[in-house]
Amino acid sequence: MANPSPSKIPSPDSPVSGTFNPANKRADIDTVEKAVLDAVAAFGYPDASRFAMRIALEESMVNAFLHGHRGLPEDTTIEVKFQVTKDDVTVQITDQGPGFNPTSVPNPTDDENLELPSGRGLMLIQAYMSEVRHELDGRRIVMVYKRPSEGG
Amino acid sequence: MPASESRLKVKRDGSIIEVQFRDRNILDEANIQQIGEEIKGIIEAEAKPKLLINFTDVDHLSSAALGTLITINNRVRAIAGQLRLSNIDPQIYQVFVITKLNKIFEIHENADKARASFK
Repeated sequence: MANPSPSKIPSPDSPVSGTFNPANKRADIDTVEKAVLDAVAAFGYPDASRFAMRIALEESMVNAFLHGHRGLPEDTTIEVKFQVTKDDVTVQITDQGPGFNPTSVPNPTDDENLELPSGRGLMLIQAYMSEVRHELDGRRIVMVYKRPSEGG
Repeated sequence: MPASESRLKVKRDGSIIEVQFRDRNILDEANIQQIGEEIKGIIEAEAKPKLLINFTDVDHLSSAALGTLITINNRVRAIAGQLRLSNIDPQIYQVFVITKLNKIFEIHENADKARASFK
């Protein structure tokens, strides 16, 4: 995997960014999460922001591997690009699958779906992120998290 | 990871079986599957299980883990057992609220209150 350089001391003028190509292995996923969360911490985001980013990263990568890459070889990688600034965090995840129609995902909180064991990942991403976009026919998700205002 | 290494701490208090997790982060697909299998084994060994899942020291939970909890809940109910959850971190509790799973699970602030709630 490419190694970004989140160890640089950040300042308001120097965003921390990086690109990874993880496979569906815990060590790869953990490496991506650590890089982004370390950068988020370095910019002094609150603990709740780290929790939100962790959820979004975990759910989006798992979705890409389990749903996006269904039927593809197990070692097929996704691409994760991130940028952290003092104001926001942007993560773009692109898989190599056939894509999907995000509007076709049933609402997991509808009464008839409440007891289904799957279908909550995308909903959690949308709940915790400030903006979520799907591009490339659903093969790419772009997530933007805006820093909460002080005291908020 | 050897399959024999349990991901749970299990203790029995009268008829109540209390389960805690060894992991702070319940995210990994293989771990979640193993947790599901271990709890299934515990449930199936009982006639009407009274199961308390205590989330103390758990920092993160993925939607896959929520799915396993729902499966466990369905299994417990199918054999007239009872399931309680307790000691859920406020940030994780928010995940239950967002997904409306706080409506499905009986969640208590701490293990004592959860134990006292079994019928």
